[in-house]
Amino acid sequence: MKAFAELYANLDATTSSNAKLAALQGYFRQAPPADAAWAVYFLSGGRPRQLVPTRLLRDMATEASGIEPWLFEESYQSVGDLAETISLLLPESTYTSEDGLAVWLEEKLLPLRGLPPTELAERLPALWAQLDQPSLMLCIKLITGSFRVGVSKLLVTRALAAMAELDSKRVAQRLVGYTDLSNRPTAEGYLKLIAAESSDEHAQRGGQPYPFFLAHGLAQPVEQFDALLGSPADWQVEWKWDGIRAQVVKREGRLWVWSRGEELVTERFPELHALVSGLPDGTVIDGEIVVWKDAVQPFALLQQRIGRKTLSKKVLEDAPVAVLAYDLLEHQGDDWRNHSQAERRAQLEQVIAQCNQPVLLPSPLLTGRTWQDLARQREDSRKLGVEGMMLKARDGLYGVGRTKDMGVWWKWKVDPFSVDAVLIYAQRGHGRRASLYSDYTFAVWDGPPGSERTLVPFAKAYSGLTDEEMRKVDAIVRKTTVEKFGPVSSVTPSMVFELGFEGIALSKRHKSGIAVRFPRMLRWRQDKHVEDADNLGTLQDLLS
Amino acid sequence: MDLVIARPEGLYCPAGDFYIDPWRPVERSVITHAHGDHARTGNTHYLAAAPGEGILRSRLGQDINLQTLPYGERLVHHGVTLSFHPAGHVLGSAQVRLEYQGEVWVASGDYKVEPDGTCAPFEPVRCHTFITESTFGLPIYRWQPQAQIFAGINEWWRGNIANGKASVLFCYSFGKAQRILHGIDASIGPILSHGAVEPLNRVYRDAGIYIPETLYAGDFKKNDPLLRQALIIAPPSAGGSTWIRRFGDYSDAFASGWMRLRGTRRRRGVDRGFVLSDHADWPGLLWAIEQTGAERVMVTHGSVGVLVRHLREKGLDAQGFTTEYGDDEEEVTA
Ligand SMILES: [Zn+2]
Ligand SMILES: [Zn+2]
Repeated sequence: MKAFAELYANLDATTSSNAKLAALQGYFRQAPPADAAWAVYFLSGGRPRQLVPTRLLRDMATEASGIEPWLFEESYQSVGDLAETISLLLPESTYTSEDGLAVWLEEKLLPLRGLPPTELAERLPALWAQLDQPSLMLCIKLITGSFRVGVSKLLVTRALAAMAELDSKRVAQRLVGYTDLSNRPTAEGYLKLIAAESSDEHAQRGGQPYPFFLAHGLAQPVEQFDALLGSPADWQVEWKWDGIRAQVVKREGRLWVWSRGEELVTERFPELHALVSGLPDGTVIDGEIVVWKDAVQPFALLQQRIGRKTLSKKVLEDAPVAVLAYDLLEHQGDDWRNHSQAERRAQLEQVIAQCNQPVLLPSPLLTGRTWQDLARQREDSRKLGVEGMMLKARDGLYGVGRTKDMGVWWKWKVDPFSVDAVLIYAQRGHGRRASLYSDYTFAVWDGPPGSERTLVPFAKAYSGLTDEEMRKVDAIVRKTTVEKFGPVSSVTPSMVFELGFEGIALSKRHKSGIAVRFPRMLRWRQDKHVEDADNLGTLQDLLS
Repeated sequence: MDLVIARPEGLYCPAGDFYIDPWRPVERSVITHAHGDHARTGNTHYLAAAPGEGILRSRLGQDINLQTLPYGERLVHHGVTLSFHPAGHVLGSAQVRLEYQGEVWVASGDYKVEPDGTCAPFEPVRCHTFITESTFGLPIYRWQPQAQIFAGINEWWRGNIANGKASVLFCYSFGKAQRILHGIDASIGPILSHGAVEPLNRVYRDAGIYIPETLYAGDFKKNDPLLRQALIIAPPSAGGSTWIRRFGDYSDAFASGWMRLRGTRRRRGVDRGFVLSDHADWPGLLWAIEQTGAERVMVTHGSVGVLVRHLREKGLDAQGFTTEYGDDEEEVTA
């Protein structure tokens, strides 16, 4: 536990990737495999369900600290992070447990789940007394499922690969599914991650997908495309679908569907099971899952369906899905990622034709003589329900993550929607921003200027500001706070922001009747007065 | 009758007609210590504890009209008996004890309860009413013994030498800097101090306090190999300046009580945060208040509301005093 707490502190203390990489390698070199197994799990985003309800945890921590609940609350307000607050308030321990991360999780923490409060009240203080402050904070983060640290999965992959002297793509592939809820980290599993590459590795793969190749944003004006990209003829152009990126893996007579979050989602899309008979073994297809009724349907429909615990017949009828396939990563059991985009596409079309299932469609290719021509076609994006275009180098290979060295995918998105909205609530952030008001709720007017009107909240956003701007907003929030509800403050409306978002849909769950996708702050409109902000009518116009 | 009241100019003693640490110019001022937010220029008369004379003159001017009094010695002014008692905050810092017609008030200024060897340690003074600061008035603030912090700084410094990096340690230039210099292991390597720190080192040395040899950082050229071994003590305002660039590849750290929180550590953007404060932590504040035996407590700068409420719940008559004192843990104010 102590070693992992030290690693956490080191990773937290620096913004340099090299320093983080060194810290990770240092940790993995000395960590026993059972502990390293859990460390990889947490560092690459794994999160077991919450072990103790937060309310209960707070009450017990307050009690053990011997302070009044209001003083706990004041402290929490000042710190901004629950686990840290608790770790700073509990009696200081003079003794630190030598037990490793695995023992702590498997023998001490995971068994807490579902215990009655009386039992927890006995066990928790006894566990806390075994840890120094940094380990204690970490322990509580693990208990509440709020462990987060600024490392990417790619960095963890690189650290493991460097230590084990492996190709990092191989490690990335082995890591896929590692953080799945059904996977319990074990020493054996960890040793497999870093084991020397075996000749029959391919055969052991089971349902493992490949690491997804990710696209980069292209924001330059179209006039520069010729200079930047060359001729459109060198590019494979497709729509950018607004769905769930997924890999369909067919091997050993079975089918697996993985989302880009590397979550196994096979069970959520029963209609795709038809592909078991259509696709030959040793096939992996990359594409987008969308709701499809002769044409792509709004993402909101797909989102509603994903939110359901059980898929009723009605849901399956109302929101049937299909895969819009755009890449072939494995064919006849061979890794095709080192074939060119054009070759992969040609082969993909044959596979789809032979499969002949209505749930597997090719993502259509778009053609244009010039970039200008394509730009004109792109203007139909909104009408067609797509986010813009994808440009893929025809001679490019299929890379890993955001690499650009073997080929590149550009996402050429249409400009986001935008409205001017008023900041009405502010909430303290997490981690680095824990002591700053960094998460905001925005509102627009419910009527046109001059009418008797109120502000209705419609979106939350926390990204898009510079640190400097955020500090300024924070100061204004503190000065104009009207009321506090836990970490949330309501403020006297005074700040107007230009909010950008990708999509908009009707929603019964929101007071405004509208839900927007991926809202973010584009600009702080310090030149605008609250009265100048947009009204609901502006948003409703965007719906059509 | 209240011996001290809050006025727009500062904390005022009506019976004696003088101010304690006024923030606007007045006729008669009593100064608890020489931090910029407590000792300001422009007063006609100054009265302070004798060990603070050198610092006060170096900061406010050699020619200020300053009278001093050794700790514990009494002076009667308009029937008010006044004496200074060590506050353990910085060199020359004092609590002001006032006695008038059998009523005793003590104004603490800023104080710290852990003795550190660079100034006379805090002495609790019995009184009826205690005026306390509350900079770190939340139970999350609990300090580790300073020996552990100095050990941490030594270890960081040695580690940087091993990695060929200079060690830049930011801290408040008066008090914190000298306390660190006094506490660290000077045999590890050369110590350089910033121009804002060096004059204060001299005043401490003149007062007979051990401060290891320090070199003037301004005398070194970029790429001087000695920098790779050096510990550089600088005020926070030097961070991000052109001055700092001469140290090339360096590791930086910040020493302050606020470093106790991860959020402030991260916002500082330094490699290390050392939790070292010249103020009392939460248990220190409560201990000091209890030791005075006071039934009435006036709370100034910091977490006023929290400390007032807590003391009231413990049965004391507590209230807040609005002051314009700042935060000498964070920024250089003078
Ligand atoms: Zn001070
Ligand atoms: Zn002060």
